[in-house]
This record gives sequence, C-alpha cells and structure tokens, in this order.
Amino acid sequence: MTDTAVKQQPAILREPTDDMDFANHLPEAEKLGTGVNVGRVERMASLVGGSALVVFGITRRSKGGLMLAAAAAGLIHRGATGHCPLYEKLSITTSGEDSSETLGIHVERAISIDKPRAELYSFWRNLENLPRFMEHLQSVWLTGDRTSHWAAKGPAGKSVEWDAEIINEQENELISWRSLDGSDVPNAGTVRFVDGPKGRGTEVHVTIQYYPPGGKFGAAIAKLFGEEPSIQVEGDLQRLKRLMETGEIATTAGQSHG
Amino acid sequence: MKAVCWHGKNDVRVDNVPDPAILNPRDAIIRITSTAICGSDLHLYNGFIPSMLRGDILGHEFMGEVVEVGAGVRNLQKGDRVVVPFTIACGNCFFCKKQMTSLCDNSNPNAAMAEAMYGYSPSGLFGYSHMLGGYAGGQAQFARVPYADIGPIKIPEGLTDEQVLFLSDIFPTGYQAAEQCNIQPGDTIAVWGCGPVGLFTMKSAFLLGAERVIAIDRFPERLSMAERFAGAVTLNYENVDVGETLKELTGGRGPDSVIDTVGMEAHGTSIDNIYDKGMQLAKIGTDRAHVLRQAIMSCRKGGTVSIPGVYGGLLNMLPMGAAHAKSLIFRMGQTHVHSYLKPLLERVQKGDIDPTYIITHRMSLDQAPEAYKMFKEKTDKCIKVVLNPWQ
Repeated sequence: MTDTAVKQQPAILREPTDDMDFANHLPEAEKLGTGVNVGRVERMASLVGGSALVVFGITRRSKGGLMLAAAAAGLIHRGATGHCPLYEKLSITTSGEDSSETLGIHVERAISIDKPRAELYSFWRNLENLPRFMEHLQSVWLTGDRTSHWAAKGPAGKSVEWDAEIINEQENELISWRSLDGSDVPNAGTVRFVDGPKGRGTEVHVTIQYYPPGGKFGAAIAKLFGEEPSIQVEGDLQRLKRLMETGEIATTAGQSHG
Repeated sequence: MKAVCWHGKNDVRVDNVPDPAILNPRDAIIRITSTAICGSDLHLYNGFIPSMLRGDILGHEFMGEVVEVGAGVRNLQKGDRVVVPFTIACGNCFFCKKQMTSLCDNSNPNAAMAEAMYGYSPSGLFGYSHMLGGYAGGQAQFARVPYADIGPIKIPEGLTDEQVLFLSDIFPTGYQAAEQCNIQPGDTIAVWGCGPVGLFTMKSAFLLGAERVIAIDRFPERLSMAERFAGAVTLNYENVDVGETLKELTGGRGPDSVIDTVGMEAHGTSIDNIYDKGMQLAKIGTDRAHVLRQAIMSCRKGGTVSIPGVYGGLLNMLPMGAAHAKSLIFRMGQTHVHSYLKPLLERVQKGDIDPTYIITHRMSLDQAPEAYKMFKEKTDKCIKVVLNPWQ
C-alpha cells in the first residue's frame, strides 16, 4: 500500500456534484481496460462506502441523492474490480503489489433498535463506545477529530492494534471508517441509521470488510474475528441493541452450575 | 446451595452448587420458598429438548423472598415476597412493549442458537436449555432473576405460597390458551390433556365464558380432577372414538375451539403415533403430534386451534389440508406471563379459582429425583408436585 491510496481516498468525502458521475465512466473503463489500479484498503472502502452510499443516495429522493447513488455505484464497481477508470485516465495506481489478492471478508447485517436515530448515531460516533458491544475489541481511543486507535484481543494474550479514520459521516445517518496503512487487519466499515416505519425505532445497517493476513498469525487473527464473521457481527449488533434498549447485556456468564 | 441438576436422559440429581450472584444491574437474587415441577420439565427429563448440558439447573416455576437486588432494581427490596414469571423479558423491546414478553428480543444470551433452529429467537427461559438462554433454573434454594425490575410480582400478605406459586407458569399458560380461543357465549371448548396446564385451561375457559368444556385424557384420576376442579365433561380416549364423540356431543358441528395442552410427546395407540415414535427414534422427527392431528380433525369449521403444549422441532403428517379446508385459526407459543400476573393474582384473591386444588404431592427438594420419576410415570396418581427447598 502506498500513501497515494490515502491521498486519493477523499473522493468519497466530497459532496455529490454533477461532475462526479462515476457511473458515466463505466463504459469508458471497458474501453480503457480493467487492470487493477486501486489499493486493497481503498477497494474495500470503496465497496463498503459505495454500498452504503447507494442506499443513502436513493433514500434521499432528490436529484443530489440520485447523483450520489450513481457516484456510489461507481465506487462499488471500483471496489469490486479494483479498477478505477478515473485513475487510469490520470495514470494513477494505488494498488502496489497487492493486486492479485482477493477482497477479504465482507459482512452485511441489520438490526432494529427501539431508540431514536440521533441517540444511536451519537453513541456510535463516540467510537470509544464500540468495545462495549463489539466483543473482540479491547479499546478504541480518539487520536483526532476523525482518527482513532483501535486495540483488539489478539492471539496469545497480545493485542492487535491499528489506526483508523472516519472517511464519511452524515449526522444521524451514516458513518464510514477504514483502517490506515500498516494495519495488521486492514478493515473498513459503514453503519447507516434509518428510521423504522411508523415510529418503530431505527434500523441499523452495518457493512464490514476486512482482510485477515496470511500465515499462522493471520489464522489466529481470523479466529479472533470469529469463525463465522457474519455471526460475530450479528452478535455485536445484538449486544448494541441490548445495551441501548435495556441498559445492560443479557448474560449467564458466572452463574451457578452443577 | 442445593439445586436440581440435569445429568442426562432420565437422570436428575440434587447437587451442591455455588450460590448465585448478581451479574447485571437489573438482577435480583431470590431465596426460593416453593418450586414446582412442570410437565414441560419432562420434555427435558426425557431428553427431547436439544442443547441441555450436564449440570444445568432445572426449574421454572418458583417463588420466594428477595435477598439481594442490583443497582438497577428500585421497585423491590430485601424481604419482598415475589412470584417469578418463567419467561425472562426486558420490558423495553418491540415485543415486550406489545405485552408479548415470551418473544422478548433481548433476554436470550444464546439467541444465535435459537435463530439457527427457529429463524428468530424467542425470550430466554429459566432452566430450559441453552438454546433458550441457558439460565439456571429455580428448582434450587436460590435463583438469580434477570430484569427483576419488571418481572417478579409482589405478593400481598394473607396468601400462601401454594395459592400464588402457579402464577409463575401454569395458571397464565392455561389462561392464555383459553383466551386465544376468543371464546363466545355458547362455545364448547375441547381440551386434550388433563395435566396441570390442561386443568388451568379448562377452568380459565369457564372464567372466560365458555358454555361447556370437554376434557380428553386416559388417566382416571386426571379425568376425575378435570370434573371436580374445572367442571368439565370428560372423555377417556382409550374407551371412545374421540372425533366421533366430540361430533355427537356438539350436535354434529364440532367444538368451537380445540386446545392441545399435551405437546410434543403425545401418547396414543393409533397408527400415526407409532409412525411418530419411529421418526423420533430414528432422529428424523422430534415431535409426536397425535393430539394435534386429532384436535385439527375434530375442530369445527372456522374454529381455533390453541396450542400451549410445547413443540420443539419437526413433525410429520400434519393434516394441513383439513386446517386449510376448514379455515382454522392457529394460536400457539410460550406464555406472555408478565401481563397475566396482576389480573390472575386478583382472580385468586377474589376466590374465582383455588390453584392449590391440583397439588397432589408436597416433597422436599432432596426428593426431586423420585418426584420426577413419579411424575413421568404418573404413579401414585401424581398430577402436580411442589418442592420445598429448605425442608
């Protein structure tokens, strides 16, 4: 991964504008080729952020929203294929030597929580709350307005740590983040908060993408993130729901047993 | 403390285990003064409910005295005498807010297991398998009660344990089973099973305005109890053709509602029951549904099939064609105990019902292994056992 990946990333942060119509570039892409020129984490962020933005954009029901959705569709394409037509035109490649690798593990989960959108958003946006319901996390502390340092329980009592940044946020609606370079477990995620129908609380939609590294260490890491990643994420969301709705997380750990 | 622990099929033992402790702010610890064995405990005893582990503490019908509360419990104090609902519910989620507390979203720590089996998880239960929460049960000297701020009901002075103990499960369960039938004046209700839930169902059907209740079983002492406790007309299925007799008794129309209080381990001598047993033994099916089939076939057109009896997994040869052709209404599930506690306590206080009438055996907790065996084999005319943990 190169620094370029980070520098080029803020495309996703920009407000939607007419000139950002990535979708129009798609046919061009085929003409120009489909080689991988987008870095691994950036691809993940594109994919994850893109998926969320499509839904977010479409639900806006406005011209701007639809433009955003179209731009997001481009991001998804870019994430899935590792090819960015715009980068190709500009002769940029951010993929380094990772181009042959797969996209890692992708999980999408949703849960309904009987609390207002704003309350859930602000709880999540204070990233230091995440370890209260994300089982494998030990701590998250803020290192800046958009940057944070994460520590997870690692193999053999060691912790695995990485830095992350928020790459997109829409107040009370959406937060996207990704790990920064040098992370042992490159990852990216998006959470969207959507009003449930007729006052039925809030639907929380989460998309997470991560790359377990190779080797023995990687296998231990993969285990740490859950044998079945979707169950891990679902469990985390269930714990969030319980914490927010009931003020505690149901448990039997430590109870009497014969 | 002493506790009744599951050690495998037909094997329960009274073990010495650590006393329970507060684990969450909304917990309370109850010193149990009375606890009962439920017919549904026999499904565990017989090994038909998956995800039981050796050493699990059984029991979900219990009451006692509050000895400790967590920081989040303000409505209970040390010394309060309470009955505990067997369904564990948070009171905050979508389902609890609709009074459907047995469907609580938040109380099952092992929701993923139940989701794998059922699609979505119901509430946690006391002492009823890890899939349904893995909570230690109440056939013990003490129990930890989660969400104690919204679950247990305080019992006013002047009522004995035996008068109120069954508010924990079987009275509300019978009442809900009858209530689900939307009983109209003139209705005849047929109830399969004259065990404790069946008896409370029959009594509740009358409390809700039924014209007549027909009770079906094969044990004379149970049929006799149905007559005496609930005023039911009784049928012994070993002596009569149930379907034909119900038809005749209802002027050819059929019972307006049918209630299966038996569940997944129905006995019976008919060919379909032999088939079910084979499926169970081969582990292809988990449930024996002879009663449910007969109930569906017997129900009048447009009637209600209410199922408080527990089903655990898969069953075969359900007469769906009959159910569809007759436009039957199906109502079932675990009991939303919380919402029945207050109104049914009032019924007891007013003398509308005497729940103590069905108790046939009073024993000590130490005698639990023999009590389970007796209850299962229905020896000594056993209908309901209440255990005292401190005798």
